Amino acid sequence: MTSLLTRRRDKIDDLGGRSLTADALIRLRRNPVAIVGAVIVGLFVLVSIFAPLLAPHGPAEVFPELQRNLRPDSIPGALPGFPLGSDQNGRDFFSRLLLASRQTLFVGVFATLIGLVFGVLIGAIAGAFGGWVDTVLMRVTDVLLSIPSLLLAISIAALAARPSQTTVIIAVALVNVPIFARLLRGAMLAQRESDHVLAATSLGVRRGAIVVRHMLPNAMGPVIVQATLTLATSILDAAALSFLGLGDGDPARAEWGLMLANAQSYLDVRPALAFYPAIAIILVALGFTLLGEALREALDPKGRR
Amino acid sequence: MSALLEVEDLKVAFTRRGEPDSVAVDGVSFDVQPGEIVGLVGESGCGKSVTSLAIMRLLPERGNRVTGSIRMDGDELTALSDGQLRERRGRDLSMIFQDPLSSLNPVITVGLQITEVLTRHRGMDKKAARAEAVELLDRVGIPDPRRRLDAYPHQLSGGMRQRALIAIALACSPRLLIADEPTTALDVTIQAQILDLLKQLVAETGTALVMITHDLGVVAGLCDRVNVLYGGRIVERAERHELFRAPRHPYTHGLLGSIPRLDGPPGEDLAAIKGSVNDNLPWTSACAFAPRCPNALEVCTSVTPAPVEDGRFLRCHNPVGAS
Ligand SMILES: Nc1ncnc2c1ncn2[C@@H]1O[C@H](COP(=O)(O)OP(=O)(O)OP(=O)(O)O)[C@@H](O)[C@H]1O
Ligand SMILES: [Mg+2]
Repeated sequence: MTSLLTRRRDKIDDLGGRSLTADALIRLRRNPVAIVGAVIVGLFVLVSIFAPLLAPHGPAEVFPELQRNLRPDSIPGALPGFPLGSDQNGRDFFSRLLLASRQTLFVGVFATLIGLVFGVLIGAIAGAFGGWVDTVLMRVTDVLLSIPSLLLAISIAALAARPSQTTVIIAVALVNVPIFARLLRGAMLAQRESDHVLAATSLGVRRGAIVVRHMLPNAMGPVIVQATLTLATSILDAAALSFLGLGDGDPARAEWGLMLANAQSYLDVRPALAFYPAIAIILVALGFTLLGEALREALDPKGRR
Repeated sequence: MSALLEVEDLKVAFTRRGEPDSVAVDGVSFDVQPGEIVGLVGESGCGKSVTSLAIMRLLPERGNRVTGSIRMDGDELTALSDGQLRERRGRDLSMIFQDPLSSLNPVITVGLQITEVLTRHRGMDKKAARAEAVELLDRVGIPDPRRRLDAYPHQLSGGMRQRALIAIALACSPRLLIADEPTTALDVTIQAQILDLLKQLVAETGTALVMITHDLGVVAGLCDRVNVLYGGRIVERAERHELFRAPRHPYTHGLLGSIPRLDGPPGEDLAAIKGSVNDNLPWTSACAFAPRCPNALEVCTSVTPAPVEDGRFLRCHNPVGAS
């Protein structure tokens, strides 16, 4: 009687279930914040990929018919063939706005990825070894974290002899490194105390395998979330660097931060020149932030029912 | 027959700066013969888990002091290097923990967690290890083992998880298995199954088992010999039938009295042990159990009871049935 009952129960419990990732994705899909974030991010990525096809003109192309109408007190607005009119140099504003999304995506993704790779490396080493290795790495990290991120990025970018896209990426990536390092190190330390790591140790699993197979994958959740949020801050930081003249000076590459800076002198004449790039930066940063926050919620084990 | 495991005068003290050491295990000695099932029984906080972790050398590196001797096959485990120890853990001695869900790595499949041990200690290649893993899962009674290999821990029921952990722990046929309350986190109905399974596997493979539990019911159905632990010391040790027939230490007596008897008169009061572990006296100058002991004499609060070994091990001034 008992054995029959229990055997049934064992079976019932056993059926169904999905992987943790699938579980998180399902919860993400039910969250309106996630959907808004995903739509913004999705549109942004699509636009930046297809910008060369979508943009009617090249970014550096100067049009005489626009230039002719440029006056200190007026910049031409929408004209046939130029949906948003001219910029301050007689180029197609709409095309430049679209093409600039590529720079933003490129810089944001690489600054985040590079920061993530080095941060994860440092955090994993510190968390796995502990002791003086941990102490030294975390002291350096703490110092870097104590400097406001934009100030740090500006200082690093200013060191470069000639500002370029690469120096912007390096500067912003360096700012991101300590963020990821500290986050992963904390998660690794928590893993070190965890039951399954104790169990793996009790089975004689090698130390390398414990770190790589049992600690690291379980510690990566918060890092993935942070990466999404960091994309937003990287985009803002990169735009700020360009705005301050520490970015890419190449006129062939439109960039929202630089467009914003150049529009400053024409705020009275044509505020749209500042308005559109500003909105674009804010929207994209907002999209990544919403997605990141929703991801954090979805991956939080406490929210799992 | 020489002992498989000999624990001698094991002491574990947790140290914290600015605070006096707190002694969790206070001179525990016991042995385990090959193939034997030995129980380690006592209420929460008496040092069962700390003892088992000390044997496996799994206590945190810092913040504690372990002294005494732990020998397996005559080899002093406390003297092995970390590398030597890693070779033996999982192969010669392994352990099962209380909570099967948290003891499994949530992000990798059950199959990988079994094959990991097989490739590590038995030098198998991936394919052979997978085939062996299927065998192992089958042996611990997991239905459809081939499919279960690719399941993640959260996809299994509690009972299945503990079965999988048993399969992992026994994958390399260790000669000693330590099970720390392996059924506490499970449904009552599943508990019996898991205990049956452990008993059967241990008998088949000749593995010796140290069964840690606070449940004398578990001991009754399983163990050959039982160590009763109180406040970090063994207060009584006897062969199972002896212990149940005639418990000598008042603490053991109380523990046995607190198990409801099916054949007892209905409505009979359970003789629970009064008080709690917080009432303990220090072993250094008294019997720790004295404040809770129905048999306590004056001497119990002022003199440490000397251990007596005659047929059974006992640490008591005034044992049950003495006068
Ligand atoms: N890491 C630690 N640091 C400090 N004290 C500890 C630590 N681990 C255990 N202790 C103490 O050691 C004593 C024995 O703990 P232990 O976990 O062995 O109890 P137990 O018999 O296994 O109880 P339970 O049945 O609750 O598992 C307890 O008083 C506990 O507070
Ligand atoms: Mg315990």
